[in-house]
Amino acid sequence: MTGLKTYEQDNDLLEALAANDANAIETIYRDNYSAIKAFIIKNNGYTDDARDIFQEAMIIIFEKAKSGSFVLSCRLQTYLYSVCRRLWLKKLQNQQRFNPSFELNHEIVPVEDELEIHEQKEAEFQLLENALQKIGEPCKSLLEAFYIEKKSMPEIADLFRYTNADNAKTQKYKCLVRLKKIFFEQYKDKD
Amino acid sequence: MEENLLLDAIERYRNGEMTGQEKVFFEELRKNNPDIDQTVAEHSFFLSELDRMSEIKSLKHNLDKVESKLLNEGFFTGRPEKTKSKVIYLWNRYRRTIAVAAAIAGVVSLSTATVISKYTESKKVAVITPLVDNKLNQFENKLNQIEHKLNDATTSATGKPKFEANFRATGFLVDGNGYLITNAHVVDKAKNLIVENIKGDQYYAKAIYTNDTTDLAILKITDTSFSKVTGLPYTFPKTSAELAEPIFTLGYPREEVVYGEGYLSAKSGYYGDTTSYQISISVNPGNSGGPVINKDGEVIGIISSRETNADGVVFAIKSTNIYAALRQIKKVDNINIKLPTVNSLKGTNRVKQIKKLEDFVYKIKGN
Repeated sequence: MTGLKTYEQDNDLLEALAANDANAIETIYRDNYSAIKAFIIKNNGYTDDARDIFQEAMIIIFEKAKSGSFVLSCRLQTYLYSVCRRLWLKKLQNQQRFNPSFELNHEIVPVEDELEIHEQKEAEFQLLENALQKIGEPCKSLLEAFYIEKKSMPEIADLFRYTNADNAKTQKYKCLVRLKKIFFEQYKDKD
Repeated sequence: MEENLLLDAIERYRNGEMTGQEKVFFEELRKNNPDIDQTVAEHSFFLSELDRMSEIKSLKHNLDKVESKLLNEGFFTGRPEKTKSKVIYLWNRYRRTIAVAAAIAGVVSLSTATVISKYTESKKVAVITPLVDNKLNQFENKLNQIEHKLNDATTSATGKPKFEANFRATGFLVDGNGYLITNAHVVDKAKNLIVENIKGDQYYAKAIYTNDTTDLAILKITDTSFSKVTGLPYTFPKTSAELAEPIFTLGYPREEVVYGEGYLSAKSGYYGDTTSYQISISVNPGNSGGPVINKDGEVIGIISSRETNADGVVFAIKSTNIYAALRQIKKVDNINIKLPTVNSLKGTNRVKQIKKLEDFVYKIKGN
């Protein structure tokens, strides 16, 4: 398909993806989406499924690229296709309609280990998300502003109308302790 | 060491904000106290989970951005997005008519009254007037100033900073956690937004969602002084409303809340726009964003605009559009807004209905 692109270009793309670069994301979509969509649609999926799976695969690759230790052993295209394929087959399996009736003539590499790690991380992500939902407002917004949106303490004090950054910080501390408590309770239940 | 100091230290250590000496001291402390070491490990793990969430959320944001760009190009479907192309098509087709109509409307409006807002010039369909009152007159401004002064004097602790509103509209709660619905054109150009309930309590709010096509916006009250309210009395129907159904609304065309009633006159809006209804009701600038409610207490629409050169022709966005908006918010911001499911307006008389309703309809002001 895009036979002219070299490994070097793949690595550049990965690096840009790790930096959350929108242009790189767009390039990866343009180069790869159609093959993945074709595979999913031929195997009982819809366009929406293809988009969901593609996004999930992008998150997996993003995290790998960010970890710094990831070295592509094949073309990015092959890797992405393999991850998407595996994700979709897994989803079919969970829905008890496992019949990969159709394979495209596309090279694949084994990615089972990666997906296992991803699944575990995904579960932790969900725990944290649940915990955030449970602590309620204003704690949720406050913590999100600081830890997720990475706003500064004075900015937050202003946004949430605390009289100064120290007050906001005290409040943030209280919220954080509560969040941690809920998170770790669930975390221990899980095991 | 106090726990909050310890957590603070851990965060600074992780972020590389410690000075050399402090760092040495911290590492020493950690080595000699297994308890502290345990806390450091646990907290570091927790912080890395938060970091990961932050990274993934910002990646998702970009993924969605790229997706919607590609979607508009028709990359996913092989053709440009269906609904969009339809609108564009209609727009192209009627552009000429609309331009002519707009020119006429412009003349009419200039010669008739002051109610035509400045929005008429800039909005895409110029013959209909969004019902935001952005001509809060000087008298009202004066009153507001006096009110502020009085408030500041009595409640200096919670007093809002001076706030000179230059428009006023209506909105209503869809979720007791502080989520309100109003029109996109209300909040479009606003830098600051304040919402005020019937008791006069004011809260800061921000728009978390706006859609210029449906003209819907969802606001979130950001004020920490706002506490969750319960007992939203209305529900949202999943099906379309019927022709000739009696309807009523509450809104703020004045500083005081105003009731109005009428009926559903057509199942589509301006130029056959299927996302809205035509209703016959008496409304004025300031009514924008108000709920349109049927006799059973179901919100069937949201008042948005009226035809400038015809009397009593008002357009209301169908409330079924809200579902799409909520889905979008859940997808993009991961906020789960729950519509009320218990209807306590059904079967009571109008006066009682209004009594129950008025606490949940807010005045929206901004500049």
